[in-house]
Amino acid sequence: MPGPQLLVDEFVSQLRKRKVEGSQATAQLTAELLRTVISQLRAAEAPILIETVRKFGRELIAANPFVETFVLPELSVGNIVRRVLRIIREEDASGVTDGLPSDGDNQETADYADGQVSSADVLATRRLLRSPSLHGLLDRVSNAHTDDMGGKRKAPADKNAKAWMLKHNVMEAINELVEEISGCHQQIAEQALELIHHNEVILTFGKSKSVMEFLCAAKKKRSFRVYVAEGAPKYQGHCFAKDLSAEGFRTTLITDSAVFAMISRVNMVVVGAHTVMANGGIIGPVGLNMLALAAKQHGVPFVVVAATHKLCPLYPENPVVRLNELKSPSDLLQFGEFSECMELAPDSSACVLNVVNPAFDYVPPQLINLFITDIGGHNPSFMYRLIADYYSADDFIL
Amino acid sequence: MDARRGSLPVPRVRQVGFFTPNAQPAPTRSQSGPPDSSSPPLSDSPASNSLSPVMIPPPRHHSDNLAAAPRPTSPLPVPEPSPFRRRGADNNNALLVGSYNPAETLLAMSPSSSHVGDGESEETMSGGWFRRSNSGKLASSLPSGTFDFSPVQSTAEALKPNKVQNPVGISEVSARPAPKEQQPEAPSSSKQPKPKLTKAERRALQESQRAAKAAAKAPGGGKSVAAPEEVATIKSVKQHQTQKKDAPQVAVSVAASERKGGDKSQEKERRKDAPAPRMQFDDKSRVEKAKRRSVVDQTEAKKRVELFRHLPQYEHGTQLADLESKFLQLDPMHPAIYKVGLQYLAGDISGGNARCIAMLQAFQQVVKDYSTPPEKTLPRDLTAKISSYVSFFTQCRPLSMSMGNAIRFLKNRIAKLSPSLSESESKSSICTDIDRFINEKIVLADRVIVQHASSKVKDGDVLLVYGSSCVVEMVLLHSHELGKQFRVIVVDSRPKLEGKALLRRLVAKGVHCTYTHINAVSYVMHEVTKVFLGASSVLSNGTVYSRVGTACVAMVAHAFRVPVIICCEAYKFHERVQLDSICSNELGDPDAIGKVPGRMDVNYLNDVSNSGNLQLLNLMYDATPADYVSMIVTDYGMIPPTSVPVIVREYRRDHLLI
Repeated sequence: MPGPQLLVDEFVSQLRKRKVEGSQATAQLTAELLRTVISQLRAAEAPILIETVRKFGRELIAANPFVETFVLPELSVGNIVRRVLRIIREEDASGVTDGLPSDGDNQETADYADGQVSSADVLATRRLLRSPSLHGLLDRVSNAHTDDMGGKRKAPADKNAKAWMLKHNVMEAINELVEEISGCHQQIAEQALELIHHNEVILTFGKSKSVMEFLCAAKKKRSFRVYVAEGAPKYQGHCFAKDLSAEGFRTTLITDSAVFAMISRVNMVVVGAHTVMANGGIIGPVGLNMLALAAKQHGVPFVVVAATHKLCPLYPENPVVRLNELKSPSDLLQFGEFSECMELAPDSSACVLNVVNPAFDYVPPQLINLFITDIGGHNPSFMYRLIADYYSADDFIL
Repeated sequence: MDARRGSLPVPRVRQVGFFTPNAQPAPTRSQSGPPDSSSPPLSDSPASNSLSPVMIPPPRHHSDNLAAAPRPTSPLPVPEPSPFRRRGADNNNALLVGSYNPAETLLAMSPSSSHVGDGESEETMSGGWFRRSNSGKLASSLPSGTFDFSPVQSTAEALKPNKVQNPVGISEVSARPAPKEQQPEAPSSSKQPKPKLTKAERRALQESQRAAKAAAKAPGGGKSVAAPEEVATIKSVKQHQTQKKDAPQVAVSVAASERKGGDKSQEKERRKDAPAPRMQFDDKSRVEKAKRRSVVDQTEAKKRVELFRHLPQYEHGTQLADLESKFLQLDPMHPAIYKVGLQYLAGDISGGNARCIAMLQAFQQVVKDYSTPPEKTLPRDLTAKISSYVSFFTQCRPLSMSMGNAIRFLKNRIAKLSPSLSESESKSSICTDIDRFINEKIVLADRVIVQHASSKVKDGDVLLVYGSSCVVEMVLLHSHELGKQFRVIVVDSRPKLEGKALLRRLVAKGVHCTYTHINAVSYVMHEVTKVFLGASSVLSNGTVYSRVGTACVAMVAHAFRVPVIICCEAYKFHERVQLDSICSNELGDPDAIGKVPGRMDVNYLNDVSNSGNLQLLNLMYDATPADYVSMIVTDYGMIPPTSVPVIVREYRRDHLLI
């Protein structure tokens, strides 16, 4: 199948070159790509679909393999692949249940036993889908086994119809997903009025489209002031402050170092995130941890605005180092600025000067007060539950 | 009053504990009621009562070797504490005794002249903003017992017309000899064309006497003036005197006075120590007034952050050329002062110690080139001059607290000059005082701090430093010279990027360095073993007032359980308290925020300078809560932040006296 492969390769190269900016765009493109891939598949049985999507998903994720390059990939790619896998599984399961009566109608006598097996199958699958418990995990193996057996026993004609149905349903569901991703900002913004009151002072950090939409929605009804921390090596705060002031906000741009000084006069911190981890922590632009600590010290609510496609089903392990990206020192020091000093150094064998320029920061869940997602506000401790809703345990590791 | 006293016997008993029973404060006080009229007589006993336990602890260190240190706080239960203090006071006091009463009679009606005390409180931080308020206003405000901050200048000004009226005027003659002790002789020595000793003459005489008194009194904190032997004999007289003498100071002091026996002086001094309120720039009338007499023509920034309207914010870059063109018009400005002021303005001198030393050296130049103009006395005229220079500095850049302390010291020294000294002697004495301040309070203190702090650096340490503090740099270099193996992480922040200069110097010395920006501080904090920070000032509630970002670093270090060590000379300690970084701060050039040097890609704000909604805020300092500070290394040793007020109080007099 050259078509899908070609598309995927193209997208991978785009990801590699970092042509795709922003998690929302990435997520949407990924979902659309997978939709195209699935639509071009002829044999559309669930296991085949899953296998195909998983294969391409691996390729997409490998576009920026973190371990080798020390570049934090856009994790939303993986998230969307997992979401699609989950959709296929779900549709498969519901397709089986839908197919049950028809099984009974068409081939009562011949496949009676088969129907029984299927119904047991369905039950197991359902249990798997609904409960992300260890119980379900253990069931998985036998379930897959019976699935295989059931699949073999099915009549080919029925198989085709079912496959067609499945593919159709999956396409529908992915369409919904794409719509959901494109509309996530509106969903988030709708909640703004419940959280922002008149004359409030809101501090934000760096640049985030979700935050922008969130604040804009609140501005229609309320008047408040926004402080923007510049977000040092990237200075996206400058851009954000400019955009905000163009929108008519009373904006004040502050340096990152003034965050602690200003936080005592701030009513709420609203930030975007790069990724939301399964434990409720977030990965965000560097400096966010400092801001979150300051907010915690002053009892200022720290609100993270993030769409569900940023929800990553992985638990962070040593996230400060492992989920990070070290940028070029040229952001901090001009090239050659210190070369003469290096020569002056008596011990020339050892490297006297290092420059650390991380791009991301990990904020642990205990510093976060609230997540505003497109499906409502949640505590950090609730994130694992959302993950269970959105991802299948089989797909955590692709 | 008497009735009150009768009803409240307890306070008196308490008071007796500290001051000898013979003082019999109540009767004398009620006696002194009439002259008091200028100051509101109010709840004497309870107030003093509540205060007295607080001030009891005897000073453990008296550095009497430095200057004749009268120990004003000493609560020795000696009979008549005032004579005791007096003994330490300047020799001139004895002379004054006789001449007091005449002067005192007018005291209540004329603006008080406790020169030094006022200068002190006024100069602490906001410098000369209040200095020159209308004398008329002051005079009117005095009788009612309200206070203005400008008595110093105003008295000087108020005097002028009098002197001018005098055709020949004894006042000039009598005033010119710097020592005021000659007052008794003054009338005789002055060859008077007019036989009548006019009111104006008497007035002038009294003024000079008062100045002398103030000079004697203020530095030590209101020592009473009688010599011990004399006191025994003329006790009642003396008490009368002390009370009256207090009147001017009371008028100056911020709070209403409670006068009581010997307590008074201490309380007054305490009150004097209390920092004067700073200029609030959202007070329109004051700003107008200040503007009218300001030399530096600062255009106020148009887009000011609402939260910081109480702080001055100016368009940067405009004043420099303007000020340069004004050079010839500013004839009273000494070139050294002018130079340093411009350097402040341009940012060529920054850093607490550097600024303070530059200022003191400029003052030294001024003193060297100073000659007392006719009809003036050195202490008063020089103090006034310095005040005007300080206000010039303030216009160039708001003073740091350390500078406020240094100015306070200098004024004290000037006021305490022995009147018997000739002008050249006085000048050289002031110059040596300045030198000693620089040497002992800054240079030597730094050396001690380096000794202390480098003892905390161990092999294998990873030290985090923020910005560029000269003391911290010395600590690092000294530890490196000692051969200790450690790494340094230099954390820097925009817009000043002071860490780069520090990094350059450290790397040149071969210290292993890691450079990063403040946002990455939680990334690097994992490996850090100690955090060394400098401070612009340490306030008496333990708050560390320092370069903006210090609080962030300290907070992150605290969160990571890394000890935070502050290196700060004790002369930077200040009795002011502060809770946040908003109420008092300094605003830097807002345009510096929008520009990122060396980053062509960051140019979002190049063209938004006129958009109404966007403001740029460039805070210069922030206040680190004491919770985050593990230890403060000072020249008095290593102390917890809770001990700062102790240092401030116990060593305050030392500061002033050296």
